[in-house]
Amino acid sequence: MAVTEVVMPSMGADMTEGSIARWIKAEGDEISRGDILAEVETDKAVVEMEAYGNGVLRKVIIGEGVTVPVGRVIAIIADADEEIPSMDAPASEAPAAVAAPSTPAGVAPDPVAATDAASGGRVKASPVAKKLAAENGIDLALVAGTGPGGRIVKSDVDAAIAGGGTPAPEATPAAAVATPVVQAVQATPAPALLTEDIPLTGMRKAIARTVVRSKLDQPDFWVTVSVEMTEALAARKQINDAMADSGVRISVNDMILKAVALSIEKHPKWNMSYTEEKLVAHPNINVGVAIALDEGLMVPAILGCQGKSLKDIAIASKDLGVRAKSGGLTQEEMTGGTFSVSNLGMFGIDEFSAIIFPPQPGILAVGASMPTPVVRDGELAIGNIMKMTLSVDHRVNDGAEGAAFINEIKRFLENPLSMVL
Amino acid sequence: MPEINIRDALQMGHHEALENDPDVLIMGEDIGAYGGAYSVTAGLLDEFGPERVRDTPISEAAFVGAGIGAAVGGLKPIVEYMNLNFALLAFDQMINIGASLRYMSGGQVSVPIVYRAPTGGGIQLAATHSRSYENWLAAIPGMKVVAPSTPADALGLLRSSLLDPDPVLMVEHVLMYQQKGFVPDEHFIVPIGLADIKRPGSDLTIVSYHHAMVTAMEVADKLAARDVSAEVIDLRTLRPLDMPTVITSVKKTNRVLLLEENLKTGGIMGEIAAQIQENAFDFLDGPVVRVGAEDVPHPYNRGLEQSMIPSADKAIAAVSAAYGI
Repeated sequence: MAVTEVVMPSMGADMTEGSIARWIKAEGDEISRGDILAEVETDKAVVEMEAYGNGVLRKVIIGEGVTVPVGRVIAIIADADEEIPSMDAPASEAPAAVAAPSTPAGVAPDPVAATDAASGGRVKASPVAKKLAAENGIDLALVAGTGPGGRIVKSDVDAAIAGGGTPAPEATPAAAVATPVVQAVQATPAPALLTEDIPLTGMRKAIARTVVRSKLDQPDFWVTVSVEMTEALAARKQINDAMADSGVRISVNDMILKAVALSIEKHPKWNMSYTEEKLVAHPNINVGVAIALDEGLMVPAILGCQGKSLKDIAIASKDLGVRAKSGGLTQEEMTGGTFSVSNLGMFGIDEFSAIIFPPQPGILAVGASMPTPVVRDGELAIGNIMKMTLSVDHRVNDGAEGAAFINEIKRFLENPLSMVL
Repeated sequence: MPEINIRDALQMGHHEALENDPDVLIMGEDIGAYGGAYSVTAGLLDEFGPERVRDTPISEAAFVGAGIGAAVGGLKPIVEYMNLNFALLAFDQMINIGASLRYMSGGQVSVPIVYRAPTGGGIQLAATHSRSYENWLAAIPGMKVVAPSTPADALGLLRSSLLDPDPVLMVEHVLMYQQKGFVPDEHFIVPIGLADIKRPGSDLTIVSYHHAMVTAMEVADKLAARDVSAEVIDLRTLRPLDMPTVITSVKKTNRVLLLEENLKTGGIMGEIAAQIQENAFDFLDGPVVRVGAEDVPHPYNRGLEQSMIPSADKAIAAVSAAYGI
């Protein structure tokens, strides 16, 4: 009797790959033509697969849960004593399951599997895949690699992490005999705790000194507003499209910095700082930008914002960011800020309040701009709402002044043309 | 301002520099009466006279040395090479004198000179007129090297170069003079040492500069058709390198293609590859992919020359082989 190669069937013209959801038959089972061998999962459905030959299910090559291209041999049906061919997958294919330990003699394990735990082979995984696996408690020996040469790449580990939450397949007699495949994952990652104390860096000490001084010396209160950013986002896109070739791109934060600088021009007390004798006026509007570095927080300032266009500010803030990372800031930039902005919008923060950088009179804390239901002309509509919270040094400004100032910033952002005039 | 090309932008930059700063002068072979090998200085001799727009003899060492001397003496010379290949004759002046004087004099002497030079191949000028040596000079402390790929970057970097107290080399790819783009009306500069993300993306970082940027954008377009989103970084400056921009992007995309038209062996991308693995090793999802020109002297034959210069398809094949995307 002939050997029948069972291949991954095509369940539709556009199907290019599929996986075995469950083997109904196990190795060693008698098979008659028309028996249901397995359930095949495509991206659309789970479909039963019939046998096209008679004999014994001699070998399951592809285990449950592994995706292979249509046409790939996934099992062998033959007479009990018939010699069956070795089934090596071409190197370019997605790796198959590791061959079962009970493989009949002469059948080589799949050479492209990233690991062969039994042989203690080296795991081929990319650096980021290794890092991600370590962080999430994934055993790479149990992950199939789909990268070139069977390398485990980031997406394989991502899939293993995602798979960790799904229920394991039901135990069936077949599963007991079929190859233990890519058993995805341990469900709970165990992040490593730091066991050694960390000595304080100069930067950590400086941050601690500054925030303590702020909280001790500056009695602060907070006012929050919601800003409708739809116009600002549209204006930003328009400006950036128009300047596409200039190499300069305006960020939302650049618009906020510009709005703050313009608002300070209208409300000059926000450029003053408190001393025991007087409120000190500063000749330039130097808007500080909170920048998160690996080593800690820095709030360098863009100097002389009063004369700067939106584009100047965009160039200056990008430059400031680069130099903050490379350590190329001047003393004046480090300490000369007269008011600051801290933006956690890129981290998806709704709203927060920031600690004032002494001796500045305040700091604006900016959250993410998010699609939000709003009432517009009595109708429910979707707006882009961004919340901003102003921390105010009460020794310099009172509540009404805080309200006027933050509303001025809001007005500029909601009427973006007024910022480019 | 309407769209202009890189030649227009450079002409504009030279004109305003001569007009606004009496210390600026331009020197080089055929830059006066002839208007420059690539017409960058056309018309300047008539307007500003031979004192400030000087044709020089065919002796690179002599006129570069004279330029360095003028810079030490307080002027701001722009020295144009007819081709960067000819700069080999003046490397001693550029490296041992121009790039070293500030250090050798303990900071007493500045050399605020700007060198400009066409570079690169692709127009059948054969081996001795098609090579790119900007990476050699980008290895020299005391030098700065910029390589614009748009008119705005060319003008903005020329302005920054003239403001810089140290020697700056601007390399201009011979195929880029006609490259068009918008230039802002108001005054702006492009800081030296700042790369530019010309196209944002999430799946692959492409790092490139001057004419290879054209290929890089083609690669990004073709990959987009395959649902691969490429981020294209234009280095703009080769020394000092803006590695923070590159590293940040690689940490985001986990994959990187370094694409240049210069010879792969010993090219600037080898340095960038090394720095990526030093600073972002744990973020890589495969080997750093480096695509450059084949290691041969530029052939004169058009077909052969084109086959040595990396194409978008060749770059995409390298990316696919490394990352399976």
